[in-house]
Amino acid sequence: MDFFDNIFTNIYAWLAFWLHELLMGWNLPKDVESALVSAIMIILVIIVIILWMVLMVLILIWLERKNAARIQDRVGPNRVGPWGLLQPVADTIKMLIKEDILPENADRFVHTIAPMIVMMPPVLMFAVIPWGKGMVPVDLNIGVLWIIAVASIGTIGVFLGGYGSNNKYSLLGGMRAVAQMVSYEIPQVLTIVPIVLMVGSMSLVKINEAQSGWFGMQWFVFAFPVGTIAFVVYYLSALAEVGRTPFDIPEGESEIVAGYMTEYSGMKWALFYLAEYFNFFIVCVIGATLFLGGWNGPILPGYVWLVAKTYALVLLGMWIRMTWPRFRVDQLMNFAWKVLVPIALVNIVLAGVALPIFKMIGF
Amino acid sequence: MSTPLVLTYVGFFVMAAITLGGALMAVSARNLIRAALGLIIALIGIAGIYFVLEAEFVAVVQILVYVGAISILILFAVMLTRGLMKRDLPAQNAQWIAAAFISLAMFAALLYVALSTNWRAVETQVAGDLIPKLGTELMTTYLLPFEAVSLLLLAALVGAIVIARE
Repeated sequence: MDFFDNIFTNIYAWLAFWLHELLMGWNLPKDVESALVSAIMIILVIIVIILWMVLMVLILIWLERKNAARIQDRVGPNRVGPWGLLQPVADTIKMLIKEDILPENADRFVHTIAPMIVMMPPVLMFAVIPWGKGMVPVDLNIGVLWIIAVASIGTIGVFLGGYGSNNKYSLLGGMRAVAQMVSYEIPQVLTIVPIVLMVGSMSLVKINEAQSGWFGMQWFVFAFPVGTIAFVVYYLSALAEVGRTPFDIPEGESEIVAGYMTEYSGMKWALFYLAEYFNFFIVCVIGATLFLGGWNGPILPGYVWLVAKTYALVLLGMWIRMTWPRFRVDQLMNFAWKVLVPIALVNIVLAGVALPIFKMIGF
Repeated sequence: MSTPLVLTYVGFFVMAAITLGGALMAVSARNLIRAALGLIIALIGIAGIYFVLEAEFVAVVQILVYVGAISILILFAVMLTRGLMKRDLPAQNAQWIAAAFISLAMFAALLYVALSTNWRAVETQVAGDLIPKLGTELMTTYLLPFEAVSLLLLAALVGAIVIARE
């Protein structure tokens, strides 16, 4: 099993070595050569990450449509490919060849740049996740803080999209989205604090290591009560943060057409749509990494475990989406500020009290 | 693993170009939302420069505080202020000559300080994980300023709520 566990790190090392050997023949100065090797390897890793993201999100979209169909007693996509598996590919091609409509009097520059800004955070977050044993593209010693920081960039994109469309529904949707994202970011960040307290480090790799061993009993969901409460609050606020259905006020079809996406069409709209799924996927990955032990697991290689845990969270999110009605704006805000934030704050105090006691007992 | 020096230079120049471009957009745009967008780009560029200098914590805090919080605050302020959303607002007013003089004087002073300082390269590498050290310092040596800042922020928070309620 070691072979499969290390296959990607071995391929990486072998490629770097091969590149090094190849450049040896060119008789370049030593710094230039090492710089070239590093640059090419960095670009390769970026390409692999983006391909990985796209693959995951295509599967996610297919899964969501199939799941929605099952829950609503329909069949779902079943024409393109076996079980409709190629439907997302067909959708992508359709999106690419659609006309890109720019509304009259819209701010052309802002309208165009908004979907690109929305795509930034998930790509940046994918870069610090430990996908398997030794498979972390960038090992930041402040990985958790990095995730919190870049997540807030997406808000700007959504807001600019709402503003740049020159449409009242877009603007309303943008305002709602910003209010919601800013509110739910707070409980989400506060739930990560107990984890950082327990591990004593903000590195995602270290957090992963702290959850290995004991046949999964070391996972922070099972660190009752602190970890369990943190996980539930994290998951709910993450669903709200990415705007999934019980919390999809920013794009409530029955109230404001499609919110900040109203005036978007073609590939720009597709970028917003994709970013939503990327964000959903990445918050599930982070949830799996922080609370469900990340890539730790028996027998199977690490990356398989991480993906399996992530998809467990993804399916839970889809189930919630298909079976809950939409919140009202005031209910949404009350839920964040009067329920989740106090629980998360009490949870931090609880962690602060419980941890020294556990340490004293020698846990 | 240390980054090769050539890449550090490339990174620095790319980030400096982004920062300058963003800053130029921030001061020359005739639309306040675009100016805010330029400011955000400049702030991201500065975070990138911190990254190139391997000051990851400062870089991440820069993104968290300036890009994540302050720029959204600016965008909200622009949106909630009547008349600022118009497409074309004049980028200068009658005092632009005085402003130009003050900016030039400021730039000259900074340039003088930068050129006259005897910059020394630090030989010793700072070792290990710096975040715990930072936290310990904040909780021991600098506890009073730290608490004073949190009190100030709390006062601002309460004040904002009081103003918004009226």
